Amino acid sequence: MQNNIKTLDIPKKEPGFARRLLRSPSGVVGILIITFYLAVAVAGALGLTPHSPLEQNRLERLKPPSQVYRMGTDLYGRDVASRIMDGATNSLRVALASVFLSGTVGTLLGAISGFFGGLVDQIIMRVMDVFFAFPAILLALLVVVVLGPGLNNTILAIAVVYTPIFARVARGPTLSVREMDYVTSARCVGASDTRILLRHVLPNILPPLIVQVSLALSWSLLTEAGLSFLGLGTRPPQASWGVMLSESRALAEMAPWLMIYPGLAIMLGVLGFNLLGDGLRDVLDPRLRGKR
Amino acid sequence: MARYIAQRAIAFIPTVLGISLLVFFAIRMIPGDAITAMLGTEAGMLTANQRAALEEYFGLDKPLYEQYLSWLGNLLQGDMGYSVRHGQPVLDVILARFPVTLELAVMAVLIALAIGLTFGVLSAIFHNSPLDLLGQLFALIGLAAPNFLIGTLIIYVLSVYFGILPNAGNYVELTEDPVRNLQQLIFPAITLGFAFSASVMRMTRSAMLEVLGQDYIRTARSKGLKERTILRRHALRNALIPIVTLVGVETGYLLGGTVIVEEIFTLPGIGRLTYNAISQRDYALIQGVTLFIAMNFVVINLIVDFVYTLLDPRISYAKQH
Repeated sequence: MQNNIKTLDIPKKEPGFARRLLRSPSGVVGILIITFYLAVAVAGALGLTPHSPLEQNRLERLKPPSQVYRMGTDLYGRDVASRIMDGATNSLRVALASVFLSGTVGTLLGAISGFFGGLVDQIIMRVMDVFFAFPAILLALLVVVVLGPGLNNTILAIAVVYTPIFARVARGPTLSVREMDYVTSARCVGASDTRILLRHVLPNILPPLIVQVSLALSWSLLTEAGLSFLGLGTRPPQASWGVMLSESRALAEMAPWLMIYPGLAIMLGVLGFNLLGDGLRDVLDPRLRGKR
Repeated sequence: MARYIAQRAIAFIPTVLGISLLVFFAIRMIPGDAITAMLGTEAGMLTANQRAALEEYFGLDKPLYEQYLSWLGNLLQGDMGYSVRHGQPVLDVILARFPVTLELAVMAVLIALAIGLTFGVLSAIFHNSPLDLLGQLFALIGLAAPNFLIGTLIIYVLSVYFGILPNAGNYVELTEDPVRNLQQLIFPAITLGFAFSASVMRMTRSAMLEVLGQDYIRTARSKGLKERTILRRHALRNALIPIVTLVGVETGYLLGGTVIVEEIFTLPGIGRLTYNAISQRDYALIQGVTLFIAMNFVVINLIVDFVYTLLDPRISYAKQH
């Protein structure tokens, strides 16, 4: 009898989330870029810029990059490097706030929609469809027109555009999670809908949402810059990469550094979040797991 | 199949109604009243009676839901209202600008497909080769570079190194002088097509990689089919569905979301019209143009659904039975 017992190969424990993320090249590069961006933004917020980002200096107008002004100066003699740092702070503020708003509202709407189904689902998702029918930049423009330009309204505009995306991403997995045995068991022991939704459904639909957060951050960086470029986001003299790029247009021939540095800053920030998103997807998307 | 398309079209009706509601009420949430917006500073000279008469004339004294219903009724008859700034019916203003945006969007899509499909397929065939890495690097940069940066860079390079200013405001229509028209549109189209080609490339690559791993590809190979035939008839055709979705969504966006590029290249298209309507507070026009763009999007979604059924007959079959 004893001899019939076979030993089972216990599969090696899968490495943890962080370790797997660090094994993905795009994840690592993304983390490095974002860390750098965060450091610059925090330094900007703490006022650790080499010069004042707002102070004008008529004697130092349009100076090319030098020892004193690492990235040159603009038409008003303001230090471009300091303005890039200040711009990092502003763009990060907009990105974090708008993604937090849209992520919370969108996830809740999507989870409620998928969890309760029926009429609630129909109404919520039809409303989301309406928002989907507008090109993102147009919807953001519309919101800014209704509310007026400015930092806070830019945040709201970006959040309005991204909420339906989070709702859609949250709804899909909720549909399968609500059929799981652990949800049924929770219901059997008398847990309320709210409790099931918050304690059992939400934690289990997180992976695709985390990937989406990273992509949303990259998109909101782009949109903030785009709205500011059109003069509808961050208002001058406040520094924003979009404002800087827009101001550089007339002067690009004389002072190309005015265009190059804000352009690089936007690209690097977006690239960082995109790469992190790719890395997270490799780690979190079960369909891809083990394929590489 | 006709029945499937009809079903899809009917399913869009609530969305269309929702769009009209959203646009109508969003415009009415803008601070300030419509009469002041129409007349500007001269509104201050109106007497109370004149103002009331104007409000009655434009139906502004009626309850909001009545205003909405009459606006909707007019819309169904093709009447989008009157643009005060342009002195023309809104629909005429929009239709005069639409060809520019349409041409721009079509060119951008063609550029994106030419680059994106080619590199995407090559990347998938030569998976993990230097060529694949190069393609992926291109895609990463394309996705990270905002179109206003690409546009500004293109104008910079053209003016500094070639002494050309792409358009200095005098837009020439396609029917008037095709060569000059294409010269004016090619750079904005490249600007728009660049980022788009990056997403097409990524989508093509991943869809092809997934399809190439399927059993039916192995079957086709073991039948001794030529690799080219396998790629074209078996792999690419099946990989096309997510690509068509992407192209549909992006085209919808291009038909209304080219605000920034039209602004940079001073093209008189829908995007620039929207931007100007917004900065001039031309409410009837903002309302009309946003509605028009959203409707384009709905129509494109319908076309995409139709293309699905051509690519994969199972889709319309499965939905009906």
